Amino acid sequence: MTLLWIPLLTFLGVFVPALTIRGGRSLCALATSLAPLAALLLVIHAWLSRGDAEVLRASLEWLPTFGVDLALRIDGLSLLFLLLILGIGLLIILYSRYYLSAQDSMRRFYAFLMLFMTAMVGIVMADNLLILWGFWELTSLSSFLLIGFWSHQTEARKGARMAMTITGAGGLALLAGILLIGKVVGSFDLGTVLAGRQQLLASPLYPLIVVLVLLGAFAKSAQFPFHFWLPHAMAAPTPVSAYLHSATMVKAGIFLMARLHPALADTPLWNTLVTLTGLTTMVYAAWFAFLKTDLKAILAFSTISHLGLITTLLGLGSRLALAAALLHVINHALFKAPLFMSAGIIDHESGTRDVRKLGGVIRLMPVTATLACLATASMAGIPLLNGFISKEMFFTEALEVQPFGGLSWIVPLLAGLGGLLSVAYSLRFAYATFFRRPRQQPPQTPHEPPWPMRAPVELLVALCLVFGLFPAVLQSTILDNALRAVSNGPLPTYHLALWHGLNAPLLLSVAAVLGGIVLHFFHRHVMRFKRKFTAHDARYIFEGAIQRIVYLSQRGIDRLENGSLQRYLMLLVLCSLLAIAPGLAQLERLGGSLAGQPLDPLLVLGAALLIMGGVLTAALHRQRLVSLLMLSVVGLVVSLTFARFSAPDLALTQLSVEVVTMILLMLALFFLPQKTPRESSGGRIVRDILIAAAFGALIASLNYAVLTRELDSISSYFLANALPEGGGHNVVNVILVDFRGFDTLGEITVLAIAGLAIYKLLNRLRLFMPATDLEGRVWAADRHPVLLMVVAQTLLPLALLVSFFIFLRGHNYPGGGFIAGLITAVALILLYMSRGVEWAQQRLTFQFQPIAIAGVALSTLTGLGSMLFGYPFLTSTFGHFHLPLIGDIELASALVFDGGIYLAVVGATLMILANLGKLTTEYRPNKDTP
Amino acid sequence: MEALYAITTGVLTACGVYMTLRGRTFPVVVGLTLLTYAVNLFLFSMGGLTTHGAALIGQNEAYADPLPQALVLTAIVIGFAMTAFSVILAMRSRGDLGNDSVDGSRTDRDPDQDSRRESKA
Repeated sequence: MTLLWIPLLTFLGVFVPALTIRGGRSLCALATSLAPLAALLLVIHAWLSRGDAEVLRASLEWLPTFGVDLALRIDGLSLLFLLLILGIGLLIILYSRYYLSAQDSMRRFYAFLMLFMTAMVGIVMADNLLILWGFWELTSLSSFLLIGFWSHQTEARKGARMAMTITGAGGLALLAGILLIGKVVGSFDLGTVLAGRQQLLASPLYPLIVVLVLLGAFAKSAQFPFHFWLPHAMAAPTPVSAYLHSATMVKAGIFLMARLHPALADTPLWNTLVTLTGLTTMVYAAWFAFLKTDLKAILAFSTISHLGLITTLLGLGSRLALAAALLHVINHALFKAPLFMSAGIIDHESGTRDVRKLGGVIRLMPVTATLACLATASMAGIPLLNGFISKEMFFTEALEVQPFGGLSWIVPLLAGLGGLLSVAYSLRFAYATFFRRPRQQPPQTPHEPPWPMRAPVELLVALCLVFGLFPAVLQSTILDNALRAVSNGPLPTYHLALWHGLNAPLLLSVAAVLGGIVLHFFHRHVMRFKRKFTAHDARYIFEGAIQRIVYLSQRGIDRLENGSLQRYLMLLVLCSLLAIAPGLAQLERLGGSLAGQPLDPLLVLGAALLIMGGVLTAALHRQRLVSLLMLSVVGLVVSLTFARFSAPDLALTQLSVEVVTMILLMLALFFLPQKTPRESSGGRIVRDILIAAAFGALIASLNYAVLTRELDSISSYFLANALPEGGGHNVVNVILVDFRGFDTLGEITVLAIAGLAIYKLLNRLRLFMPATDLEGRVWAADRHPVLLMVVAQTLLPLALLVSFFIFLRGHNYPGGGFIAGLITAVALILLYMSRGVEWAQQRLTFQFQPIAIAGVALSTLTGLGSMLFGYPFLTSTFGHFHLPLIGDIELASALVFDGGIYLAVVGATLMILANLGKLTTEYRPNKDTP
Repeated sequence: MEALYAITTGVLTACGVYMTLRGRTFPVVVGLTLLTYAVNLFLFSMGGLTTHGAALIGQNEAYADPLPQALVLTAIVIGFAMTAFSVILAMRSRGDLGNDSVDGSRTDRDPDQDSRRESKA
C-alpha cells in the first residue's frame, strides 16, 4: 500500500503552499518540496526492497462493475519516469523560489505545480488504462493552469487555451482507443492488456486502436502536425517550460507509446506511422529552431525535434532502438531542463530573451554561460556529454534497421539531416547568446544569479557530464529495468560506452557536426531566404479555425433554435409521431382478438358531443369565449364517460375540476384579448391540421389496438388486498391514500407548489381591464345579483356538509379528499363571485397558503408517523371503533392522510382562484402586504 | 364501441394538438386542457372499458381495473394545476411584455417566416 502514498503525497503537496506562505517564500518553497522529496524516497525505497518482483502493484477496489480499480504499479519504466518527474520537480521548486517575482502568487504557482506533478505521477504509475486516462486529462488541465499562470497576458491565455484544446482533443482520441482496447481484451487492467497482444493484433479494430492511441500520444508529445501548441506554451513562466517541456508533460506521449509498446507495436502499421511522424517532426522542428530568434522558441522547437527523435526510435522497433529511446528520454530531460533554466536566468537578469539583443553574456555571467554551453553541447550531441551517447545509438539504429525495404536509406538520411540541424541551432544558440559581440545593449546589464537559482543547473549539467563519460552507470540501474518493461522477450546485449571504435555511425556523426558548423556560417543567408516566405503564425491559424467552428455551430444552433416556441412544439410533436409510428407499423394487424362490445344510442350521442365539442373548440378558437364554452362541453361529457365506464371517483373529480377550470379560464380571459387575430397563413394552418390529424390518427390507432387486446394487469393484487390490507372498499381511494400514497403525496406537493408559484406570478401584476365586452356592451351594473348571493350563501353550509360526507365515505364509497377539497373550494369561490372580494375578504380573514402547506405537512407527518412504529414510510393502519350514538365505525390512519390531501387541495385551489379574482381589487397580491 | 371510443380520443387529441400549435397564449392553454382530456380518456381506457363494475369491493361481481382510475384521478388534478399555472403565466407575460404571443416579444410577425427570411439572407 506504500505505492498509494506516492501520488497521495504529491497531491497533499497541493495544499502545503497555501498553509505555509505566511511563513515567507523560502519556507513555502521548502515545505512544498518536502512532499515530492518524501515521494521520491518512497519510490527508491519501494524499488530497492522489491526483492525478485519485476512489478510492484497495489490496488483499491473502486468501480468493480466497470472493471476500474484504483490500481497502481511501479515497474522499470515507471521508475525511470518517476525519478525524472520527482527529481526534476524538486529542482524546479527550488529554482522557482528565485525566479518568481514578488508580484507572482507563489502559493498559486506551487499548488498548480504540485497538481501537475500528481497527474504525471499518476500517469506513469497507473496500472489501469482508464486510471491512466484520468490522470492524462488531469495533466492537460493542470498544464492549462500553469501555462496560463500569467493570466493577465493575452499570449499566456491564448497559449494555454491552445495547449488545452490540442492535448485535450488528443485525450479524447486516446479515450476512444482505450475503450476499444478494453473491448478487445476484455479488461482495462494494464497487465491483461499487455498480455493481450495476440488478441489485439488479430482484432479487426487493431488499425483503429493504433491510430486513436497514436493521435493521443502525438498531440501530447507535440508531434507533427500537432506540434504548434508547444512553442505557444512558452508564454508560461520559464520554470514551467523547464518542467513541462523538458521532463514531463510532453514526455507523457512518449511514455504512452513505450507503455503500450509490448501490446501494440512492431507491426508494419505502427512502425510506418510512428517512424515517419518522428522523422518528419525531427527535421521540420530542427529547421525552425535554427530560424528562431527567441531563446525559448529555439528551445521549444529543439524540444519538438528531440521528441521526434525519440518517437522515431520507438517506431523503428528493434530492442536497441527502444534502449536508445529510453536513454534519450533521460538525456533530453537532463540537458533541456538546465537549458530552459539558463534561458530563464538570462531573461531574468538581462530583461530580454531575444538573441539579436543579446551577446557576450559569457563575460558577464561566466558560470551560467559555461554551464549552458555544456548543456548546449550535449543537445548537439558532442562527445563527452550524455547527448552524444544516445545520438550515436540513434544513428546506429537508423543505419541498422530497414523499416521501408528498398527505401530504408531515407531513415539515416533524415536522421543525419536532423543531427546536422541540431548542431546548427545549438551553435547558433550558444554563439549568439554567449560569444558574439553584442549589437545592442540589453535592457539590463546581466550578472550572475543567486547561487540557489543556479544550483539546479549545476547539478543537472554535472549529471550530463557523468552520464556522458560513464554511461554504463545508467544501464544496470535504470535502463535495463525499463527495457524489461517495454520489450517482449530477452534483453538485447548492448554496451553503453563513449568509444565504439571508428564506425559508420561515428562518421555520420562527424559529418553532421561539420555540416552543422558550415550551415551556421550561412545563417544570415538562410535568414534572408526565409524572408521570401510569408510568415504563418500558428496562433492566428488556430484562432481562426476555432472561430470558424464557433461560427458554424452558432449557425447550426440558430437554424434549429430560432426562439420560436411554436416551432419547438411542432418539432416535438413530429418527433413523437416518428417515435410512435414504427412501433405501430410492427403490429400484424391493428385490431386484436377481443370481441367488441355493443354500441348503444347514449354512447353514440356522447361520442358525437365529444367530437363536436372538440372540433368546435379548435375551429372557433379565434372567438375565445365561444371556444371556451365548447371546451366545457367536452369536459362535462368526459366526466359522464367516466361515470358510464365504472369510474365514479373519476366522474366526481372531473366534474368538480371542470367547474374550477372553467371559472379559472373565464377569469383569465377577462384579462386577456377576447379575440385571436388572424395571423396564421393558409399554408401554416394546413400544415398544422395535417400534423394534428396525423397525431390524432396515431393515438386513435394505438388506443384501438390496446382496447381490442387482452390485458394483463397487476390490478388483481389491489382488488384482492384493498379490504384486508387497506381497510377500505373503494379500491381507487385505497390505492391513492395507501398503496400508492407516496405518489399522491408527491402530487399534492406539486399542486401546492403550483399554487405558490401562481401567487408569486400574480404579485404586483397590473393588467388592462376592458370596460366592455367584445361587442362594446358595458358590463352589467348589478355586480352582485341578489339571487346568486342568496343561493351561494345558502349553498355554502350545505356544500361544506356534502364535502365532509364525501370525505368521510371516501374510503369505502366514491369520494375522498380530492373530491371533497374541490367541492369546498367551489363553494367558497361561489361566495367570492356572488358577494365580491371585499365582502369575502372581510369574513375569510385567513390566508390560503398556510392551509395548502399544512395539508402537505399533515400528509407527510402521517407517513412519517408509521415510521415511529417501526413500519416503512406511509404504512397505514385501521381499526373498528365503537362510538356512542353513532355505533361501530371503521377508521383508518389513511383518513388522516386523506385529510392532508383535502387541505392541500382546498388551499391550493383557493390560492389560485381567489388571488386571481383579487387582481381587480385593492386586495391584489402584493409583496408588501402579504 | 371500442372503435368509437378510440376515434373520439383521436379527434380530441388532434384538436388539442392543433390548438397548442397556435401562436397566442390563450388558445394554447385551451388546447392543453383539451389535450389533457384526451390523454385522460386514453390512459383511462388502458384498463379496458367496463360497464357496471365500479371498483367497490362487494358491490359488483366483476370490477373495472382500479389502477388506471387512480392514476387518472391524480392526472386530472395535476392537469388542473398545470392549466392554472400556464394560464397565469400567459397573463403575466401579457402584463410584462405587452402582448399575448407565445414567443414573447414578437407581436405582429410570424416567427417562422422570420426565420425563413434570415436563412435566405
